[in-house]
Amino acid sequence: MTTSTGPAWVKSERQLERERLRRRAGLRSAGVASASTIAFLVLAGVLIVTSPGWDRVQRTFLSWPDFTASFPDVLRGFGENIVMFLIAEPLILVIGLLVAMVRSVKAPVFFPLRALAVLYTDLFRGVPTLLLIFLVGFGVPALDLQGTPSDPMVLGVSALVLSYGAYVAEVFRAGIDSVHPSQRAAARSLGLSHLQTMRFVVLPQAIRRVIPPLLNDFISLQKDTALVATLGVVETLRQAQIYSAEHFNYTPYVGAAVLFIALTVPLARFTDYLARRSEQRREAGSTT
Amino acid sequence: MARRSTLFALAGAAALTAAAAACAPAKDGSSSSSSSAGATSSAACTKDQLHLYTAGRLTVGTDKPAYEPWFKSNDPSNGQGFESAVAYAVATKLGFAKTEVKWATVPFDSSYAPGAKKFDFDINQVSITPDRAKVVTFSDGYYDVAQGVVTMKGSKYASISSVSQLQGAKIAVQVGTTSLTAVQNQIKPSTQAKVFNDQVDAVNALKNKQVDAIVVDLPTAFYVTAAQVPNSVIAGQLPNTGASTEQFGMLFQKGNSLVTCVNQALGQLKSSGELAKIQQQWLTSSAGAPVLK
Amino acid sequence: MSLLTIDGVWKAYHQHPVLRGIDLEVEAHQVVCLIGASGSGKSTLLRCVNLLETVDDGAIHLDGAEITAVDADQDAIRQQIGIVFQSYNLFPHMSVLDNITLAPTRVHKVPRKQAAEQARELLGRFGLAEKADEYPDRLSGGQQQRVAIIRALAGRPKVMLLDEITSALDPELVTEVMGIVRELKDGGMTMVMATHEMGFAREIADTVCFLDGGVLLERGTPEQIFSEPVEERTRDFLRRVLESRRM
Repeated sequence: MTTSTGPAWVKSERQLERERLRRRAGLRSAGVASASTIAFLVLAGVLIVTSPGWDRVQRTFLSWPDFTASFPDVLRGFGENIVMFLIAEPLILVIGLLVAMVRSVKAPVFFPLRALAVLYTDLFRGVPTLLLIFLVGFGVPALDLQGTPSDPMVLGVSALVLSYGAYVAEVFRAGIDSVHPSQRAAARSLGLSHLQTMRFVVLPQAIRRVIPPLLNDFISLQKDTALVATLGVVETLRQAQIYSAEHFNYTPYVGAAVLFIALTVPLARFTDYLARRSEQRREAGSTT
Repeated sequence: MARRSTLFALAGAAALTAAAAACAPAKDGSSSSSSSAGATSSAACTKDQLHLYTAGRLTVGTDKPAYEPWFKSNDPSNGQGFESAVAYAVATKLGFAKTEVKWATVPFDSSYAPGAKKFDFDINQVSITPDRAKVVTFSDGYYDVAQGVVTMKGSKYASISSVSQLQGAKIAVQVGTTSLTAVQNQIKPSTQAKVFNDQVDAVNALKNKQVDAIVVDLPTAFYVTAAQVPNSVIAGQLPNTGASTEQFGMLFQKGNSLVTCVNQALGQLKSSGELAKIQQQWLTSSAGAPVLK
Repeated sequence: MSLLTIDGVWKAYHQHPVLRGIDLEVEAHQVVCLIGASGSGKSTLLRCVNLLETVDDGAIHLDGAEITAVDADQDAIRQQIGIVFQSYNLFPHMSVLDNITLAPTRVHKVPRKQAAEQARELLGRFGLAEKADEYPDRLSGGQQQRVAIIRALAGRPKVMLLDEITSALDPELVTEVMGIVRELKDGGMTMVMATHEMGFAREIADTVCFLDGGVLLERGTPEQIFSEPVEERTRDFLRRVLESRRM
């Protein structure tokens, strides 16, 4: 189907004048905005640096010699954090997906499983992550059961997986529910079983939709690995604390913060990019 | 539109200035010519002349939980336990009645935070080191520290005779202690030691057989083997390295003139033998722990 | 024996009856058109035949077997019935070809290559060969609906249910979809079609059924229903439709 072609469009003088005025107004407001923002930042910076306590703050939090002295250990500790979330994240995704799928089965025969899934998500979203790490990390070894792990990192990662698995299960569930029921109707109408419908039609769409909130949870997980320090694991925060206590200086904490930011910022930008891309795709075409 | 945004920016800047002016930080005395060169005569150390956080009161800080044998029943104000007793002894020498001593909970990590302290001094098994002395002021030492190694009876580490035999051990230790430094510098274990926020967590790790040994100061080691962990033993105490003995000191805000009077009181307690008696009463003799080679 | 028998079917939503004792027999190779106002139960009836809804009373038989039986294998039954919806419901994350081959490969266990060949053949027959690797969001409404029809056909169903398949389309796209339906009829496909397109129904139906408030009020040949309706309400309905000029 081709559209008919009419005369080519040449801008009228009125339109050109309009564009000229708009351009000028745009430049003016951009200029004012930039100038006032810069002025504000400069003023804030000056106020901070000339405040009476600045010297002291700088010595305690931003001392370069302390930063360089502590950074190797802080970095080494950060390796533990990385190991922890690299192991935890795939486990969390698997558990979250399983629990979400169990909750989405409507057949009454699965009620006990569904109830268990609800109990799991309620319980582990209700307990603060730090508390859970405590309970698992100190409680499990105290039980002295044969075959239970006693390594604090294993226990800590297990606690993180239990806790975040519950949150991620809800995210997946929201994703699954957001897929229009007509998709499920169409798939079942073709003769696909419930599991096949999930696997080929619902989950591919659901997962694609919840990637931004999943990445969000992942970023949160990266920082919560620091909580495992309570179990004795010497990760980056604990390394910072060790140096800090010995030298009475807080700069290593700033070093640890820098490492966390270096990790999460690229991931956050990537999340934004994915969100923007899915926005475009959704507006481009319309399907059910 | 342009005018409105400029106005908004100026208003924001003005608000920030006002806020900053309103919260001018307190001086911590490090830059001012405070009375660190104050008089050392006993006349300047009478109660009404002391530089105090709250007038008429001696505010002493320590962490929570307050562990034995330094305190008892997690209550610093009962005067029991070594550090509690020392604090009250010093207070008495300075002229305070027992009721005029108030205790403040100060987590270890906050005790060295910059800014005005919320106590007159902090007594919390803090070892005096030159690095730390740059940030806070310490009193003279009130206790010579030795580090003890605690293991379970029957562990292969229970009958060691030298430090090097500990290298293969899994060790737990509390953060911020010189026990940790001792582990890192003297023992140098091949597996990274487990570092806990609280001493009780390190002790539990030993109880749960997650670690082979813990390193704590000697009085604590005696308390652990006597009361906390059944079937535990002191394998030995770490030898004294370095030119001077490590000592616990009371922690003051940098440049606080009160330290002079406290040192005076401490000196009196030492020369009269009262400090030794307090130590005898609350800390078991260290003779029972062999020094490792 | 009829291919599809609907026998005294009742259905209620929240105590509100939507189908009231529908009796209908569809012979093989017949085209039955369901007409009636919105909410008269046309879509519900089709969804009951496809087992997307459970019937509250009555029974439906397909090729002699009762499909509404409690122990019936629902997935197997749905494989024999093709349904096309008003809103096409193509799978947006799959290409047109994958949309069509999904059920044959996964449900009917047809080998992938064979399924793809058959899919391309069907697409070619209905003028969509070059769209095989496109994604649904690149197709016009009419093209999407045609793909939806092909997708339902790929499983070689015994009967096709068409639920107002042109209602969501721009008028100029309706023709191409009607073209496919015409071809299906010529090929002998048994169809039950709910529609507002009266002109098309008149042309293509063997039987026209008028539904009103969940009741199958009147049925007959297109001539009977459109030229000489017996029931008052049928006449009212047709007059209203004529006024809105969808004839």
